[in-house]
Amino acid sequence: MAASTLVIKDLHVEIEGKEILKGVNLTINTGEFHAVMGPNGTGKSTLASAIMGHPKYEITKGSVLLNGEDVLEMEVDERAQAGLFLAMQYPSEISGVTNSDFLRSSINALRGEGNEIPLMQFIKEMDAAMDYLEMDKNMAQRYLNEGFSGGEKKRNEILQLMLLKPAIGILDEIDSGLDIDALKVVSKGINKMRNDGFGCLIITHYQRLLEYITPDKVHVMMQGRVVKSGGPELAERLEAEGYEWIKEELGIEDETVGQEA
Amino acid sequence: MAVETKLPYDKQYVSQFSEKRGEPNWMKEFRLQALEQSENLPMPKPEKTRIDTWNFTEFNHEVTGAEISNLEELPEQLKVFFDLESKNENVLIQRNHTVAYASLADSLKDKGVIFTDIFTAVKEHSDLVKKYYMRDTLSVDENRLTALHAALLNGGVFIYVPKNVVIDEPLQTIFWQEDEEAALYNHVLIVADQGSEVTYVENYVSHNDEKPSVANIVTEVIALDQARVSYGAVDNFAQGTTTYVNRRGVAYRDAKIEWAIGQMNDGNTISENTTNLMGDNSHAEAKAVTVGRGNQSQNFVANITHFGKGSEGYILSHGVMKDKASSIFSGIGKIEHGASKSNAEQESRVLMLSEGARGDANPILLIDEDDVTAGHAASVGRVDPLQLFYLMSRGISKKEAERLVIHGFLAPVVNQIPIEAVRKQLTNVIERKVN
Repeated sequence: MAASTLVIKDLHVEIEGKEILKGVNLTINTGEFHAVMGPNGTGKSTLASAIMGHPKYEITKGSVLLNGEDVLEMEVDERAQAGLFLAMQYPSEISGVTNSDFLRSSINALRGEGNEIPLMQFIKEMDAAMDYLEMDKNMAQRYLNEGFSGGEKKRNEILQLMLLKPAIGILDEIDSGLDIDALKVVSKGINKMRNDGFGCLIITHYQRLLEYITPDKVHVMMQGRVVKSGGPELAERLEAEGYEWIKEELGIEDETVGQEA
Repeated sequence: MAVETKLPYDKQYVSQFSEKRGEPNWMKEFRLQALEQSENLPMPKPEKTRIDTWNFTEFNHEVTGAEISNLEELPEQLKVFFDLESKNENVLIQRNHTVAYASLADSLKDKGVIFTDIFTAVKEHSDLVKKYYMRDTLSVDENRLTALHAALLNGGVFIYVPKNVVIDEPLQTIFWQEDEEAALYNHVLIVADQGSEVTYVENYVSHNDEKPSVANIVTEVIALDQARVSYGAVDNFAQGTTTYVNRRGVAYRDAKIEWAIGQMNDGNTISENTTNLMGDNSHAEAKAVTVGRGNQSQNFVANITHFGKGSEGYILSHGVMKDKASSIFSGIGKIEHGASKSNAEQESRVLMLSEGARGDANPILLIDEDDVTAGHAASVGRVDPLQLFYLMSRGISKKEAERLVIHGFLAPVVNQIPIEAVRKQLTNVIERKVN
C-alpha cells in the first residue's frame, strides 16, 4: 500500500469570528496511530472538522497538506477522494436513504466511474464488516443514522471507515457515549484497520479508549494548540494524574479556547 | 385579465354525449342537473392561491384513442409503467377517453370482482354505481368544478371488491391523454365491501407542454366495515394542463385507507385529499409528495376528519420547490365531537431549492373533543448543509449528495407505491424534475 503523509502546519481556525485553533502543528504518516487528547473545549473537534472542510469553520492561517497537496483548496468530496475520512461525533441523519445505498454510493464515488463495485462483492464486504462490528443486519436497510442509538451511530461510522479504507482516518470522539461493550467492538474495528497504508488521528478526552487502542504518539491540546507530545507513556501518565500537571508545567490557568468565562 | 368561465358545452351537448354512451336515464339526469347547478356555483377557493387567471375552459371534451391488443405494443413512454415480466393481469389503460386495453385475472372475475371503465359500469352495474357515485364522499354542488365534473364526465374506472375478497395483486390503471387538447373529466370509484382488501395504483400522463387543457378528476374510495384499501397514484400532467383533482375516501368501522400520492404535474394544480373516518377504529394515512418547478402554482390540501371513536389519522406531505414554483400545503386534522380516543397526526415539510420558489406549510388541527391525542410538525427550509457535509465527506459529489437528500425526502411516498415499475418511473420523474 502507498504511504501517505498528512501535514498540518500552523493551522488557525475561526468559527463565527472567534478564533478556536491558534496554530496547530501535526504530522501523521500512514502506519501511525496518533491520539489527540485534552479536556473539553480545547479545540480538538474543531481540528477534526476543519481538516475535513466543515462549512462552519473558516481557516484564517496555516496549511494542511496530504502528500504535498493542498487539502484546504479541495471541496469536501475531493478531500475524501484524496484519502481523508472523518468519523463524526454527531453524524447527520438522512431520512429516506438506506444505509446500504449510502455505503455503496460512497464506495463507488471513491472508486470512480466505470469502476463500480459489483453488487455481490459489496454485499459480501458489508456483511463481513457488520459481523465484525456485531451490528444487526437490518441496520443496512434502515435509513442512514435515523433513529440510531448513540452506540449504533458510532459503529456505523466505523463500518464506513472499514469499507471506505481511507489513507488517513480522523476519529472525532468515537468513544463518547459508548458503553464498555460497544467501546470494545469499536476499538476492535479500528485496530483491524492498522496497516502500513493507514494512519489514524484519534480524538478523545477519555483515556479509556487508549486501553484498547495503543497509539504510537500522543498529543495534548490546550488553548487551541498542541502543547505537549509524547509516546504512549504520556497517555498513561494522563490517566494516572489528569491534566493539571501539564497546566502547571506550562503555566496555563484556563485551558479552554473561544469560550466566554 | 378576466378569463371566460362559461363553457361551450350546453344541455343538448351533454344529453347527446350521455345518450351516445347508452347511459341509464338516472346518469343522464344526474349530468343535466349538475350542469344546471354549475352555472350558479362559485369556483373553489383554495387558500392563498389565486386561480382566477388559470385556464378552466379551453379544452376539447370528446376525443377517442386506438385500442392496443397487448402491452408489448405500447409506446416506450408507457411501457415503463408495467412490470412486463411479472405479467400483471389486472390492468386498464385509458387512451384519451377510450379503453385501449383492459384485463382482469379470471380468478378475480370468478370471485365477483368488478374492474371496468366507468361507462360500462353505469350500464352493467347501474344500481351499484348509483348507490355510491358522488354521494358518500363528495357532493355535486360543492363548487362549480365538482358540478362540471358530474356534467362532463368522460373517463374513469369502477372497482368493486365483494365481501371478504382479498386481492393480492394490485389493480393498475393508466389514464393516458395522448391528444394534447383533450380534457379529462375522470372518475375513479372504488367500493371495498366488508372485510375486503385491495391495492390500486394509477398513473395520469399527458404530453401537452404548450397546448392548454384541463383535468378535472374525482376519486372516491368507500371502505366498508373492516375493508382495507391501499391507493397509490402518480399524477404527471404536462405543463399545459390545469388540474383540479379531488380524492375522497370514507372509512367505516375498522376500515383502513392508505393514500400514497406522487403529485408530479407540471401545470397549475389544485389537489385535495380528504378522508372521513366515519367508523369506530377506522384508520387513514394520507401521504403525498410533490416537486414544483418552473412557474407553476399548486395548492394541496390533505384533510382527515374523525367521526368514529378511536380513529387514527396520519397526514404526511413533503414538497420540493425549485425555480419560481409556488405551493401551499394545508394539512387539516379534524376531530369531531364524540370521536373520543382518536389520534390525529400530521407532518408537512417543504424543501426549497431556489431563492425564487415559494412554499407555505399550514398545519391545522380542529378539535372538538377532549379525550384525544393530536400532533403536528411543519417546516420550510433548505437542504441542510451539515447533511451535505456528511455525505460529501464520504466522497460523494455535492450534486449527488443533494440528489440523495431530495430522493430521501420524497421516499415516504415513493417507497409505498406497490408496483416496482411505477415506483421506478416515479423516481425517474422526480429525477427529471429536480435536475
